[in-house]
Amino acid sequence: MREKLAFNGPKLEEGLLKIKNLPEIKEAVILSTCNRVEIYANARDAGKAAESIKNFISEFHGIKRDALETSLYTLENITAVKHVFRVASSLDSMVVGEPQILGQIKDAFEFALSKKTTGVLLNKLMKKAISVAKRIRTETKIAENAVSISFAAVELAKKIFTDLSTKSVMLLGAGEMAELAAKHLMSSGVKEVLVANRTYETGCSLAKEFNGRAVKFEDFVHEIVNTDIVICSTGASKYVLAKEQMHHVMKERKHKPVFIIDISVPRNIDPEINDISNVYLYDVDDLQGVIDTNRLERQKEAEKAEEIISEEIETFQRWQSSLDSVPTIVALRDRADAIKKEELEKLLNKLPSLGEKERKDIEYMAAAIINKLIHPPTAALKDDTEDKDILIATIKRLYGLNEKED
Amino acid sequence: MTTTSTIFFELALTCYFAATIISIVELFKGTKITTRIMLLLVILGFILHTVSIIYRYMASGHIPITNPYEATSFFSWCSVLLFLFLELRYKIGLLGSFIMPVVFVLMLSASMLPREINPLSPVLQSYWLGIHTLLAFLGNAAFAMAFGVGIMYLVQEHYLKSKHHSELFHRLPSLQSLDEINYRLITIGFPLLTLAIITGALWAENAWGSYWRWDPREVWALATWLIYAIVLHARLLAGWRGKRAAILSIIGFLTILIAFFGIKFLKKGLHVFL
Repeated sequence: MREKLAFNGPKLEEGLLKIKNLPEIKEAVILSTCNRVEIYANARDAGKAAESIKNFISEFHGIKRDALETSLYTLENITAVKHVFRVASSLDSMVVGEPQILGQIKDAFEFALSKKTTGVLLNKLMKKAISVAKRIRTETKIAENAVSISFAAVELAKKIFTDLSTKSVMLLGAGEMAELAAKHLMSSGVKEVLVANRTYETGCSLAKEFNGRAVKFEDFVHEIVNTDIVICSTGASKYVLAKEQMHHVMKERKHKPVFIIDISVPRNIDPEINDISNVYLYDVDDLQGVIDTNRLERQKEAEKAEEIISEEIETFQRWQSSLDSVPTIVALRDRADAIKKEELEKLLNKLPSLGEKERKDIEYMAAAIINKLIHPPTAALKDDTEDKDILIATIKRLYGLNEKED
Repeated sequence: MTTTSTIFFELALTCYFAATIISIVELFKGTKITTRIMLLLVILGFILHTVSIIYRYMASGHIPITNPYEATSFFSWCSVLLFLFLELRYKIGLLGSFIMPVVFVLMLSASMLPREINPLSPVLQSYWLGIHTLLAFLGNAAFAMAFGVGIMYLVQEHYLKSKHHSELFHRLPSLQSLDEINYRLITIGFPLLTLAIITGALWAENAWGSYWRWDPREVWALATWLIYAIVLHARLLAGWRGKRAAILSIIGFLTILIAFFGIKFLKKGLHVFL
């Protein structure tokens, strides 16, 4: 279902503009990733807007409304704000703390900006969501510590070796996960990649991929003498590396530490090798254990993140209520009265000889000027217009009524 | 001036105490902020400590390491100096959690020792006093740091081997870093200790007419020297690095501590003033 709903490539622009042009919708942003399709919109009547967006989706993607209904949800007002904040901070992601979603939110917002489908409210909401996500990333440890096997392997390597750029990796056998781990290690800057495969040719082509060197499978034990990280993933049904062999290797290595990752199932490396000093052997279960702990750790941090979100929702609400027209009208009048009072005082102090009547006349004139000047904006604010939020923001800006915020 | 020195000493002790408390919190619930607070307290304590030692110097007219109180205090000072230097060089603030408790205990025991300034015996009135003791103290302080780094190594090694990673695991440096710092410290401490023994022998010859008298402290110094000689030798020749090096550097420092406190009670040797 999700794939059918996605707004990819040209569909994104088309869909976004069409939604924006729906009569109920004032502003719109589409977030379409491989895990979620979300439409953020600003509308006077949320219920009606949701209906018309649903109709649009059903028409646009050619899916029946009934079929659509079960896989959609709609959120309004503050729950919607909270949702956007949580999505941006990756609290709503399958892997809590994953970093991609923030970039995707940024892209979605920038695209909407470039197509001019956003206004005061969504601009504020999206910017706020991005800043909340950044705040959560710096103030909590939600994005720390690996939660995938291959990243966990890199993280562990960095706890054994300081500088990976002086270390070499040997890939023993092949396999998706092993290759992924090797790739991550490469992008962390390891010096050299060796590939030992039972079929030498396969090893060679794999080595090419890694810009590395193929070695004969029969020689791999000897090669460990000069290798610091070994990733093993052969299809062997018994151990390919025994404790005795490793003892020998360590002597030749002068006991320099070596990190062995055994991703094969069943295991290919004698687990007792971990007992040899300066050898660190991790198999799939060990790595899984590591990422399980890290996941729990992130879960705990997510609670702190939720607190931050509650705080930020409050500031957002404060901003939103400042968009209400009544306080703006009051502020405008106060500002005008203040100017009138100040200028009158200045003038009357300069002219002490004026009589009571002249004073009254001057005061009357000042009041009349002020009233006539602020009448049109006040009337406009009282009008029930579309885009009132933009109007309020504009008037605040023009008359310098913005209180200090953020 | 002695009173001023004492006041500053007590203030420094208070700072070190606070730093120790924070450093223990740091072990369990460390953040960038706790590390910074701990470091600030250590720096403040170190400044106060330095002032205290300067006043003591002005009061007595010689480098203040001629009685147990002064010696313990001065050794702590050297250790903190080295710790701050390591922090500057390697950003290894967590080492404070392993070193500050030791420093605090040393300072606390110093605070319980008599503090009056005794007239300097004629034997000690020599420029050797400054050279010999400074070398010995700095060397031993380097071994104290190697001890702390060694413990950190064992903790981190334990996490890696047992595969249970606590939050501390993520904050501890890599094994390689810890091993390298440990090695570096021993290569600093060893020549200093060697020179201290040589200058001590020369001074002894000068003062008593013989280089070596098998005085208890001399024996312990030799034992310590041998331990660290083994550490270096084993690393270079047999590849004894990592865990073994860490354990040896812990044993080495414990030997020094025994020598430092133990011999004081023997009160037989020529080194009775320490």
